[in-house]
Amino acid sequence: MKKFFSTALMRGLFWQLIGTLVGAGLVTGIRAIMGLSTTDTFFFTEPAWVLGAFFGVLFFLAGNGSVTDWFKWARGIETPEHHEEHYSGWEKYFNVSLDHKVIGIQYTVTALLLISIGGLFALIFRTELAESGLQFLTLDMKLFGQNGPQLYNTLMSLHGMIMIVSILLGVAGIINYVVPLLLGAQDMAFPRLNAFSYWIAVPAAVLLLMSLVLGGFGTGWTGYPPLSARAPVGVQMFFLGVWTAGWSSILGALNVIATVIRMRSKGMTAMRMPIFVWAAVATSIIAMTATQLIGLSFQLVMFQRLLGMGFFDPAKGGNPVLFQHLFWFYSHPAVYVFVLPGLGVISELLPVFARKPLFGYRWIAMSSMGIALVGFLVWAHHMFTSGMNEYLRVPFMYSTLLVAIPTGVKFFSWVATIWKGKLSFETPMLFVVGAIVVFLMGGLTGPPNATISVDLHLHDTYFIVGHFHDTIFGGFVFPFFAALYYWFPKATGRRMNETLGKIHFWLMTPSFFVLTLGMMDVGLLGMRRRIVDYDPALGFDNVHLVMTIAGYLIGLSVMIFIYNFFNSIKKGEKAEGNVWNSRSPEWQVPSPMPTHNYDQPFEVVGEPYDYGLPGSKYVEFIVPAAKSKHK
Amino acid sequence: MGHFVIVGILVIVMAILTYMGLDLAGVATQMHPVEASLQSLSIDWLWHWQIVAISFLFSLIVVPMAYSMIVFRRRKGDTSDGEHFEGNTTLEIVWTVIPLFAVLVLAYMGSYSLGETRRVDPNAITIKVKAQQFSWTFEYPEYGIVSNELHLPVDQQVVLKMESSDVIHSFWVPEFRVKQDVVPGRVTEYRITPILVGNYKVRCAELCGASHAYMENGVIVDTKSDYDAWITEQQAAALANQTPEGKGQALTVKNGCIGCHSVDGSKMTGPTWFGLAGSTVELADGTTVVADDAYLSESILNSKAKEVAGFSPTVMPPYSLTPEEIANIIAYIKTLK
Repeated sequence: MKKFFSTALMRGLFWQLIGTLVGAGLVTGIRAIMGLSTTDTFFFTEPAWVLGAFFGVLFFLAGNGSVTDWFKWARGIETPEHHEEHYSGWEKYFNVSLDHKVIGIQYTVTALLLISIGGLFALIFRTELAESGLQFLTLDMKLFGQNGPQLYNTLMSLHGMIMIVSILLGVAGIINYVVPLLLGAQDMAFPRLNAFSYWIAVPAAVLLLMSLVLGGFGTGWTGYPPLSARAPVGVQMFFLGVWTAGWSSILGALNVIATVIRMRSKGMTAMRMPIFVWAAVATSIIAMTATQLIGLSFQLVMFQRLLGMGFFDPAKGGNPVLFQHLFWFYSHPAVYVFVLPGLGVISELLPVFARKPLFGYRWIAMSSMGIALVGFLVWAHHMFTSGMNEYLRVPFMYSTLLVAIPTGVKFFSWVATIWKGKLSFETPMLFVVGAIVVFLMGGLTGPPNATISVDLHLHDTYFIVGHFHDTIFGGFVFPFFAALYYWFPKATGRRMNETLGKIHFWLMTPSFFVLTLGMMDVGLLGMRRRIVDYDPALGFDNVHLVMTIAGYLIGLSVMIFIYNFFNSIKKGEKAEGNVWNSRSPEWQVPSPMPTHNYDQPFEVVGEPYDYGLPGSKYVEFIVPAAKSKHK
Repeated sequence: MGHFVIVGILVIVMAILTYMGLDLAGVATQMHPVEASLQSLSIDWLWHWQIVAISFLFSLIVVPMAYSMIVFRRRKGDTSDGEHFEGNTTLEIVWTVIPLFAVLVLAYMGSYSLGETRRVDPNAITIKVKAQQFSWTFEYPEYGIVSNELHLPVDQQVVLKMESSDVIHSFWVPEFRVKQDVVPGRVTEYRITPILVGNYKVRCAELCGASHAYMENGVIVDTKSDYDAWITEQQAAALANQTPEGKGQALTVKNGCIGCHSVDGSKMTGPTWFGLAGSTVELADGTTVVADDAYLSESILNSKAKEVAGFSPTVMPPYSLTPEEIANIIAYIKTLK
């Protein structure tokens, strides 16, 4: 127990608390000297909370050691170039590690934790929606300074943002763990920056959760002003949490791009990279260049609240619609940040389980880049009803529909990949197939939202909620589970229980279809997004009840997964060899992976997915003799 | 070649079945609910073609996948690999170019449908709409009527000029299909031609705060004669209501007070007005106060001055009202017993 409290995680959290008090105390002191009020509903005043939260993040990072090496360098002290592990067993995951595999697992486990929290919030408000009228989130209840409907709005908004952050961390987890192994690199290009990118996400998640207890913020995850300009102080914690998490995303993406450009093995030309690497690069380009815009848009509202700058306040000449443009310039491409790695996992795993080459490798690689590019040109399709210039909506309809083309290329290529293969259905493959079908549902329900006139009906209804959950489950959640089942043996030397894996799949998939089809159905009928209660006259109480049950079944299936995940680390069936009979380099060496990855470097001598071509190889390990000659 | 023929037939069968299934659910030829506006016709027309395309594309992907999963599954004990083919450039070009063409056709249809929903009738009636947390107010400038129910004559285009006094709201009548945000600091326009007599509701579709779910007001599409009768009745009522209480009631409608304060004792975002005047009010700090004229006047102008137990005063925006208007509202509140 003592060991646990002295880990970098706990030290960071302790220093975050201290930092918060120092920052808030500083502002409170200055206000006292200036004769301004020093307390408010939630003890500190809003400026005090904001500076406190900001200091909290800085103190966390300074206190937990993730910036120590940089400070040493600045003072002229040298540190070992190669990282050495100071900890073993569970301890290394709670301390600052520079090993990309450890960081990948830190990211992944943090993502699972946040998914559980976001899912719990969803189940709370899903329960409230099971029936019309207010059941337990009533006007009489009071929690964290909020009554029932206000708390509903906060939980619903936090569900959105917590899930988004968890997806970003999950994506970073898979990329961090897998990409250097696929490239044959010893680590990421910048190991310290990598650790920093992970650790800054932790105080960010704390800030997001702090918003819940500081009065909440009933604005939705979109945080549109003027509503967010009037929300309780919790909204500032939300803004700052997202702003901080954005750094994780930007710096992590930078690292991925540098790693892929600089650290590929000998012979790994662009068109011989594993396909997942293409997806990782495409997603990183978006994350590195667009995340700034959501940070900026939220920062402007923070300044509007703190300093009276009327960016979005019409009374001061500001424009509320401007916020929406800035916000969606990130937040639309963001969904491609979520799904491109997932689609990459599908493309990476299909050939292994179909025992056939990936059909149209170049086209799939280019379609990822195409989606990333077009994704930057479609943001205003979230604003067809916003009051923006009505003729400008038309080009955005065209650009949005164009997304269908690269996405279609992926679908057709996947179908052609499994055609005449020898398919087997271990748990990862089940999730891959599930991902394709669910993502197809999400993809096909997209064009009605892209055509402006139809969207005038669908916008801000549960139809959109259903469509969105289809794209994210198909593009991220299913592939994420597939990836975890698939690479779990690589990380642990054991495999997860197949039976539990199949129960997880067969429980989650039908429930999910019921849930999202139900959402789309009530959406068409008139169920608006983000409402705590609905008119019983609309007649969809029954559908909501069924959706709530389906939601609980999904929750149950994820709990089975989490049990399976943690139980298999120690007790899973041993799997130290090439479990899936893959051609990929990481499976050519025994599991779990050694600390510094490959003992011998490898050279790419063939195509990555030449299954069914006798005698072909993707990689060949360079024997030490050749290595010494090479030197 | 046999595989392709079977899959081709199955795709067509599955596409037809998918379409029939969606039709059975009532969402193929039109969206839900009933079509009550001229604009909904061209919107549902486009929706229908999209459902046709969705049925086909869904089958085009799912059928060959399911077929492969069954026919090409690995038999027990078989450790060999599948057939080795890496791709086909012609095929890739085909499934890039055909969708591109399809998408352009769809975008053209989308532009056409949008044009239909925005078609302007020069004889349209103008009605002013004011949105506030958490209710809608409708003003008929021609007749000097203010109402919290929107009455519209059937088969007549109306244009709503919409303004918000606080945050962004969105005007949506599901039966009309069209939705338009109401943005503070500007006037947005909503053009609609009702074609079906009936009682509907406008439901705020943009999250606007704690009682967003309840921001619903009646929308009544009347026959021409019923509409005229309603106008006459409203005008007469406005004339008859020149007492302080009557003027006060009109003010509470116009300013949206009744979006949060009930007049029948039911619990809403703010304290009810029923039986309020003269009663003893419990405050958040544990003290009590008698709801006399001074208290009511102070609370209308500054709700934070005396925080009522169980309610959040930050929700209520400040109002600028003349002393006479406040006196009228208080007179009205006193009638609620």
